[in-house]
Amino acid sequence: MKRRPFPWHIVVFLAPAVFVYTLFMVYPLVGSLALSLQNKTQSGVEVFVGLQNYLALFTSENWAQPFWNAFWNNVEFFAYHMLIQNPVGLFLAVLLASRIRGAWLYRTVIFTPTILSVVIVGFAWKLILNPAWGISQGILDLLGLGHLNQPWLGLESTALPTLSLISVWQNIGIPMMLFLAALIRIPDELIEAARVDGAGAWTVFWRIQLPLILPTAGIVAVLTFVGNFNAFDLIYATQGALAGPNFASDILGTFFFRTFFGYQLQPGDPYMGATVAGVMLLIILSGVLVYLFAWQRRLQNIQF
Amino acid sequence: MRKWLVLAFLAIGTMGSALAQGKVRLTIESWRNDDLKIWQETILPAFMKKYPNIEVVFAPTAPTEYNAVLDTKLKAGTAGDLITCRPFDKSLELFNAKQLDSLNDLPGMSNFSEVAKAAWSTDDGKTTFCVPMASVIHGFLYNRAIFRELGLQVPTTEAQFLQVLQRIQQSGKYSPLVMGTKDQWESATMGYQNIGPTLWKGEAGRKGLINGTQQYNKGGFLQAFEALAKWRPFLPRGYQALAYPDAQNLFAQGRGAIYPAGSWDIGVFRQMNPRLELGAFKPYTFPNLGASQCVINDHPDIAIGLNSASKNKEAARTFLSWVASDEFAQLYANALPGFFPLANVSYTVSDPVAQEFLNWRKQCQASFRTAYQILSRNPNPNNENDLWNASAQVLNGTMTPKQAADYVQSRLASWYGPQKGK
Repeated sequence: MKRRPFPWHIVVFLAPAVFVYTLFMVYPLVGSLALSLQNKTQSGVEVFVGLQNYLALFTSENWAQPFWNAFWNNVEFFAYHMLIQNPVGLFLAVLLASRIRGAWLYRTVIFTPTILSVVIVGFAWKLILNPAWGISQGILDLLGLGHLNQPWLGLESTALPTLSLISVWQNIGIPMMLFLAALIRIPDELIEAARVDGAGAWTVFWRIQLPLILPTAGIVAVLTFVGNFNAFDLIYATQGALAGPNFASDILGTFFFRTFFGYQLQPGDPYMGATVAGVMLLIILSGVLVYLFAWQRRLQNIQF
Repeated sequence: MRKWLVLAFLAIGTMGSALAQGKVRLTIESWRNDDLKIWQETILPAFMKKYPNIEVVFAPTAPTEYNAVLDTKLKAGTAGDLITCRPFDKSLELFNAKQLDSLNDLPGMSNFSEVAKAAWSTDDGKTTFCVPMASVIHGFLYNRAIFRELGLQVPTTEAQFLQVLQRIQQSGKYSPLVMGTKDQWESATMGYQNIGPTLWKGEAGRKGLINGTQQYNKGGFLQAFEALAKWRPFLPRGYQALAYPDAQNLFAQGRGAIYPAGSWDIGVFRQMNPRLELGAFKPYTFPNLGASQCVINDHPDIAIGLNSASKNKEAARTFLSWVASDEFAQLYANALPGFFPLANVSYTVSDPVAQEFLNWRKQCQASFRTAYQILSRNPNPNNENDLWNASAQVLNGTMTPKQAADYVQSRLASWYGPQKGK
């Protein structure tokens, strides 16, 4: 039997991607993780400390309190997206897929905020909600609800929900488009057959459409998860690096930023910063793994 | 043909060096690129007229890039002869790295007080390495038209201040005290650190924190949080979500009567609304608490030092001595109203409101923000950030003054040796 020659072409084709990916992704990632295992002594010498930074982050009073605060805020931020952005995105997609009039217009309008810069979105909403001259007061006054207006971004109880909803408003176009693409792919015969069998819109959705777009739901969930636990820019643009008031809108991204780069008189701490980044990596990684093993594998059984 | 070219180059070369022999060229590194015109057209020509043998070039970089650019240049040996100094630790690092010369023996250095030099001195205060250029002063700005309309007098004590606020509130037309807490720093900088020094007796209190004899949750430091909490009912509607530019706009539009200010705001308001009738009064006193001597927050902001690697040290020192003189003070103060030269020389400012701020230096003692020297060296908890958070929360009503004071103190004591266990 003739031995097949070594497939050199595969190596050649993969090399550029592997090289670029290693240089710009793998190397910095490993470097950051290595940094998180080090610290500086009193005299300024860099030493290897093992997992001590992580231990400090989880247990010492000065680090654990802001870390867990940022973590739970981040979970809340994620929950708003999962419970509002994705279901509403799905609802809009179903409406658009039902060939209502002017669907293209709605699609464009709803998707537009997604392509805006986060800085612009943050700035615009800061103006809208501004207690001194924002239009939110005027709109509520028109409805006779003026007394209900609050300094939404300035209260500990409302800052994070407000920011979450701004983010939902901006990003809802993404799940909507993904769901819409999946819904359009469903063969018309399936839906028509169901109709003939006497199924209403409700039954069609639950028995035909939803099961067939479940893979997309999984992808949307994972994208939301990764995006939310990596989020930083909207909070930074609207609330600044201190993510006030009293860190009520602090999420892991802003916590990392302050720790690593410092803020005003606060000197940056690259070691603890890298530690926070390491934990963020761990959280995102575990989320993605749950998706891969618990969701995607089971899906293969019901795909058509 | 080639010969001629060579000759021509030689001729130009000798001309150049002949010129250079007569003149020493100094370069200033700075982050104040906004002030480029002022230096080029006002300050430097005045110096060069007096010292025709020295040519000075002002070469600023963007404020946010300055620290990094300067570090790189210093390491590469290409930095200018004169280095504009940021206050406190940034410049101290440069001095400790032997990149700045000690200026203890510079003629003119005696023109500066201990407070003025503190931002550019070693922790023990024995060596100063930059000539202080300017500070910003805190106080209150007010709308004179509104005061006239309501028949109000400028307050000097806390009781009068609160009474004035009450009267403005009763009129119902204006926000009595224009400040927001969203950006947090105003609460600490224009609030706590503005009225506080009078209560903690200025330098005595500030140094007491550093050497551990005074605490944030006792005496004047606690009283300052209590005094700050009294501002709460007089802030504009929705102040929790008002940012610094919002407050500036409200006051500039005449919608508010009193504005807790830093002196740099004077220039901002002159530009935003030239017709605004601006007045100023100094931080009020607390006779009922035994604090009748006013102390202003005269915060050092900018200085200039000598690059250790400079080849023209003699000329550079001549320039630095001139920066310590009354001529420089007069020029600088008028070119940049709101930034006050720190030298104990007499100068006047043509802007009456800026001059009012300047007058307080004669009437009051001076100190500066408590967290800036030494106490904010720890990344977490960081004393300055804690003061922002606590002051904003006191005004938001989510912390009592006592809780705020305990919060700041316990977090400082968690890492700062002299405060340990206090």
